[in-house]
Amino acid sequence: MLRREGRTAWLMASPALILLIIFMIVPTILGFVLGFTNARLVSPTAPQFIGLENFVRAFTRDPVLPKSLINTLYFAGVVVPIHSALALALALLVNTKLRGRNLFRTIYFIPVVTSMVAVAVLWRFMYQQEGLFNSLLSTFTGSAIQGMAWLNEPGTAMPAIMLMSIWQAVGFHMVVWLSGLQTIPGELYEAATVDGANAWQKFRNVTWPGLRPTLIVVVVTETIGALGVFAQVNVMTNGGPLDSTSTIIFQAVRASVKQQDVGYGAALSLLFFLMVLVISLIQSRWTREKN
Amino acid sequence: MTTQTTLPGKAATAARKQPRTQLSEKWLYVPMVLLALFFLFPIVFMLVSSFKTDAQIFSDMRGGISAFLPTGPLSLENYAQVFQKVPVGRFLLNSLVVSTATVVLGLVVNSMLGFALARMRWKGKGFVFAVILATLIVPFDAIAIPLLFEATKLPKLEFHGMMPVITLNWLNTYYVQIIPFIVNAFSVFLFRQYFSSIPAELDEAARVDGASWFTIYRKIAIPLAGPAFATVAILTFLPAWNQYLWPLMAVQSEELRPLNVGMDYFFQLKTSWGQVMAYASIIVTPVVLVFLSFQRAFVSSIASAGVKG
Repeated sequence: MLRREGRTAWLMASPALILLIIFMIVPTILGFVLGFTNARLVSPTAPQFIGLENFVRAFTRDPVLPKSLINTLYFAGVVVPIHSALALALALLVNTKLRGRNLFRTIYFIPVVTSMVAVAVLWRFMYQQEGLFNSLLSTFTGSAIQGMAWLNEPGTAMPAIMLMSIWQAVGFHMVVWLSGLQTIPGELYEAATVDGANAWQKFRNVTWPGLRPTLIVVVVTETIGALGVFAQVNVMTNGGPLDSTSTIIFQAVRASVKQQDVGYGAALSLLFFLMVLVISLIQSRWTREKN
Repeated sequence: MTTQTTLPGKAATAARKQPRTQLSEKWLYVPMVLLALFFLFPIVFMLVSSFKTDAQIFSDMRGGISAFLPTGPLSLENYAQVFQKVPVGRFLLNSLVVSTATVVLGLVVNSMLGFALARMRWKGKGFVFAVILATLIVPFDAIAIPLLFEATKLPKLEFHGMMPVITLNWLNTYYVQIIPFIVNAFSVFLFRQYFSSIPAELDEAARVDGASWFTIYRKIAIPLAGPAFATVAILTFLPAWNQYLWPLMAVQSEELRPLNVGMDYFFQLKTSWGQVMAYASIIVTPVVLVFLSFQRAFVSSIASAGVKG
């Protein structure tokens, strides 16, 4: 009886397990192998093992890679804190009992469902010298600010991409924070009210401690997402101007698709994966401390 | 215990004496409205511009606010031009085929594994679940390139006339856009959680009545797990519809291109902005409409996605 149950279970599990092995586990392992070879995307000759050559090349002979690494960390370092804080502020704002809060929730969430490619093209248009962004700036400042072509300057291209990325995804994490807020028992607030706590004290002593698990989820998923930034860069700036917006995944894709250099692309993906692993380790340590 | 039960009561009376919404709270509408404008203005601008001529778009932009208003002659000309210049109908079909197939197959395959993990006793279950949890930390971006390499070596079935032929290389196929995305560790995890919350007595009773495990899965688990299916469907559909990196890498041929990659190429043709805005609206509007009609389901699915921890 139990043996039959086991057989049926394996039968039901097998479609998913086979796909998981082929499309998840094999490529993960393959990534570790390919990074140490000179594999080409489509090539009659078999890939050769070349040791650490790809990594040596990345850090000594590839002028764009160190820049891409720094840009990636810059992007994540700015976007993650602003994103998390703004998303929390939005969640607190729409968690009040005001009428119409559902409408505002819906509006803030709309950019999340839009395609990154479509809105990246749209924002690229808005960021032009003659674009909407500058015309609004000059309208609201009484022509005091004339603006510039934001994506064409090495200093402003990345911040422009960051603003767009925050606009697009902040609603997602607003909802995650909201679900965190809903787990805090209402009695705690009532007790705090009885004790005469003001709004700030309630936030400081009830809300914030109660949100700690959510904070970990938000920061970790956002960091991993931000380190993988690709579509906006590819559509809006193509890595430029002067490589000021090139990121690690952007470069990995360029190496393996445009130059067919899969070995090198896989090595760069490995670097990305290492960063993600470090963050996941920090997360598990951070979560354990609490329990 | 007594103090705990009296406290909320007291607080409730105290709260009732106050006016429902304090005046100071009403000030919150100011940031709320400003933020709403911030989130909406690009999309309104896009939709409105898609009906204008380029000359009108640029002159309205100089006017600031008129950029968001349907001013000047409006027409569907931009949309007509998009359909004339690129096979957008075909791209739309490709996106629909790929995302629908990924969602439907994903629901079946992931829910079966989730069911086996949640309700059945089998050797290796703990190990399988540990592997699923471990793969949750592997982001797709990290394996895209090895997967691309692997896809060039995979066999596929082709028909030359009526003759079935096995060839290698999945690039430029529907296979490569659908099959790698069917199984999803997080969907399995969600299904497992949901199926675990269904009382075990239900399938014990069904077992006594001689029902097979497949019957229990079909007749008991699936009907009870509607919310889990909806959540997984939404969380699979959105990225499938909006995906870009993978088809950009794995699909070069025009007739298999999804909407997003098609837009990227269309944009590079240096076409007029009105047409680009029309194309962008074609991608964005259907999902926004779906979102507006199933808003509640969307929000709860994202909420449960965030709790994964």
